[in-house]
Amino acid sequence: MAVCVSVIGKENSPLYIWVGNGKEELHLHYLAHTALDVIQEKVSAVNKTPGDTRELYLGLLYASEEYKVFGYTTNTRIKFVIITDAANTTLRDNEIRMMFRRLHNMYTNVVCNPFYVPGEQITSREFDKGVGALVAGN
Amino acid sequence: MAEEAMFDFIHMEAVSYVFQGGEKLAEDEAVSKLEHMGFATGYRLVERLTRESGRYKDELDIMKYICKDLWVTVYKKQIDNLRTNHQGVYVLHDNRFRFLSHMATGKQYLQYAPRYLAFTCGLVRGCLANLGVTCVVTAEVTQLPACKFQIQVQRG
Repeated sequence: MAVCVSVIGKENSPLYIWVGNGKEELHLHYLAHTALDVIQEKVSAVNKTPGDTRELYLGLLYASEEYKVFGYTTNTRIKFVIITDAANTTLRDNEIRMMFRRLHNMYTNVVCNPFYVPGEQITSREFDKGVGALVAGN
Repeated sequence: MAEEAMFDFIHMEAVSYVFQGGEKLAEDEAVSKLEHMGFATGYRLVERLTRESGRYKDELDIMKYICKDLWVTVYKKQIDNLRTNHQGVYVLHDNRFRFLSHMATGKQYLQYAPRYLAFTCGLVRGCLANLGVTCVVTAEVTQLPACKFQIQVQRG
């Protein structure tokens, strides 16, 4: 379902990027990183209007003809970006939300690993496996 | 209850290890070592604890989180008083701090009290660092078992 899953650090450095087989990798990296501007915009807009929902899930960031880009940001300023095929209309907003929550859980587990140095790229095999299961939809 | 006691004991052991165990460290080196332990703990802990909460609006919101949720999770009580000058200085008063509550309240152990606050200073600093607030945290004890933590936010 998803074609790209990425985890981006506090200072916008890539921590982890997974791209589906046979996709244009460079283009998807580019999409994930251009999404950061939209995330920043959304986050700072929420700060100005009180009473607004302050959910971690940011919803659909933008859609192109081929892809849809969804965003999520943690309290610790880690951004998650998931890109899906625009052709895939069966995917509901709620499912995307669940995917982000699972991704967040997995990220938390990585950070709590004493051998992981915060801010470095994620090389955990467990995390790889988790992302694999996530994108396979189970 | 059991896991609360475990935390108390491991903290006591950490303090006594750093000050008396293995390598003989100078007082300030030992304090900074404990502080660093706290920092690493806080940095990771907050990642897990803030998972379910909404996004924080501003710095004061984050401080309230520290005083309420974090303190309850770690020390099973809330901070008794939070003061700020709205220019980046926050003072957290705890009238009965967990790590000091086992000590006699006289003047006798007052000089040793800072050793038991170093970890917590680091913990708070680590939490705030991960939430995007760079700061210096210092602690002060004038009358056991009360203490206060001063958070000085570094801007720019």
